[in-house]
Amino acid sequence: MSSSGKRFTVLQRSLHWLMAACILAMLFIGVGMVSTIMPKYVPLLATHKTLGITILVLALIRLAVRARYGAPALPADLPEPMRLAAHLSHYALYALMIGMPLIGWAMMSAGAYPVVLYGGIRLPAILPQSDELHALLWSAHFYLAFAFFALVLLHLAAALFHALVRRDGVFESMAPVPSRDDAAPAE
Amino acid sequence: MAQPSPSPPRPALGSLALIAVIVAAGAGAFAFTAGWLSPDRITPTKLVDALAPPTGPALGHRRNHAKGICFTGVFEANGNGTQLSRAQVFATGQYPVLGRFNLGTPDPNAPDATVRVRGMGLQLSTPGGEVWRTAMIDLPFFPVATPEAFYELLRNSHSKDPEAMKNFAAAHPEFVAFGDWAKSAPWTASYAEDAFHSLNSFIFTDTSGGEHAVRWSLLPQAQVTSITEADLAKLGPNHLEQDITDRVAKAPQRWTLLVTLANPGDPTADPSKAWPEGRRTVEVGTLVVQKIEAESDGPCRDINFDPTILPSGIKVSDDPFPAARSSAYAKSYDLRTSEAKYYPYQPQTATGAQP
Repeated sequence: MSSSGKRFTVLQRSLHWLMAACILAMLFIGVGMVSTIMPKYVPLLATHKTLGITILVLALIRLAVRARYGAPALPADLPEPMRLAAHLSHYALYALMIGMPLIGWAMMSAGAYPVVLYGGIRLPAILPQSDELHALLWSAHFYLAFAFFALVLLHLAAALFHALVRRDGVFESMAPVPSRDDAAPAE
Repeated sequence: MAQPSPSPPRPALGSLALIAVIVAAGAGAFAFTAGWLSPDRITPTKLVDALAPPTGPALGHRRNHAKGICFTGVFEANGNGTQLSRAQVFATGQYPVLGRFNLGTPDPNAPDATVRVRGMGLQLSTPGGEVWRTAMIDLPFFPVATPEAFYELLRNSHSKDPEAMKNFAAAHPEFVAFGDWAKSAPWTASYAEDAFHSLNSFIFTDTSGGEHAVRWSLLPQAQVTSITEADLAKLGPNHLEQDITDRVAKAPQRWTLLVTLANPGDPTADPSKAWPEGRRTVEVGTLVVQKIEAESDGPCRDINFDPTILPSGIKVSDDPFPAARSSAYAKSYDLRTSEAKYYPYQPQTATGAQP
């Protein structure tokens, strides 16, 4: 039931752009909160946790939707290295979207911190208390956050490269609104 | 391969430059948010580093209040607190607690009589899984009014400039009160005889949504006997830990939890200002310390007594300190858990476990 169209489904595009906003906000909140002692630290931390779990849930939904509807084929003339980079970077993005919230949650658990989201929602610990695990997961969360942001920038650069330089329809396949020369001929 | 591109090929250089600018702007915004372009920003790392003595921090230990001993016990709520907060911990009943008596020093081996400020970290748990953590000290007010001033205090107290502290005190008149307290407040020879204060103000929310700005204190039920600093020194460098261990082995030690309510207009954002006498107070229960355990194997060792970890019914106020403490405590926690190999602690194997 893979999509034979040129564009991702409306549901896929909505999820993509909603998650783009969430993930960007998440990464900025993350580096902002750990570098401040101002009162905003408290709401930023609460937002970070809530948004993290939101991203985890959205990513799982998105993975299921992707499995159901597939993705438009990449242009036939895309050079093999770019094709490989496209596939690998997307595997990495999915891994981080799902892995980062889980690592953060596990890190909090290992540190014996209660995980409280907005609305007073309390999540159970998913790991026993352990200073070794806390240290390991903290490092993973920290370094992977920078890798995640680097990957987001790479993803952005590649999307713009497709849109502005190659103009091969790849950007349009995920564009939030149809572009002028993309007036759904199949409909 | 012929491209069916409707637009003529345009020079890619401009597009590539635009992409580079967009990516650089994104990276720049990230760097700014991370504080890398703001050398004056006080970060948790700077604050925690400023706590360390000139010889450097004690690796694997809390970066402040490094010397301490664990305890467990119960909080016996008498029900009076329910008029102020809907937090479950105030409903009549017994709730498990764990905590830590400590000295306000970055040196885990400091002799007791060399440390003026003592503290207590406390965690109260309720059946629904909520926890209330608080880190209190025996000072009834904080030495300075803002986290920024505290950072300056730490920097100046380690400065080699002989005028540094004089200049700091001149710029921060509230600091005089701390000097007076340090000189005149009586010493005790027991943690059981010390009072501990939240210092910071918090907001209690009651069942009808009413909000109350409060501070809280633990007042000792033990007979308080003052002692001179010199006599405390004679009792030995680790007298306090031995004393509390002996006392609790004989009988549980108790403190009354007293909540003080602000009047309208009382300074809630400035912990250097005590609220005037005569404010309404409510005794909400009793802390009962039932068991003392060495920190190295004790339940308090890996707990971060972050004062912003609060149950539903208690939240932070406009006092800027809890947020600053939370971010600095988290940094301290991240550092010491990653330095576990420096902590004098042998993980117990199943066969070597204590009976």
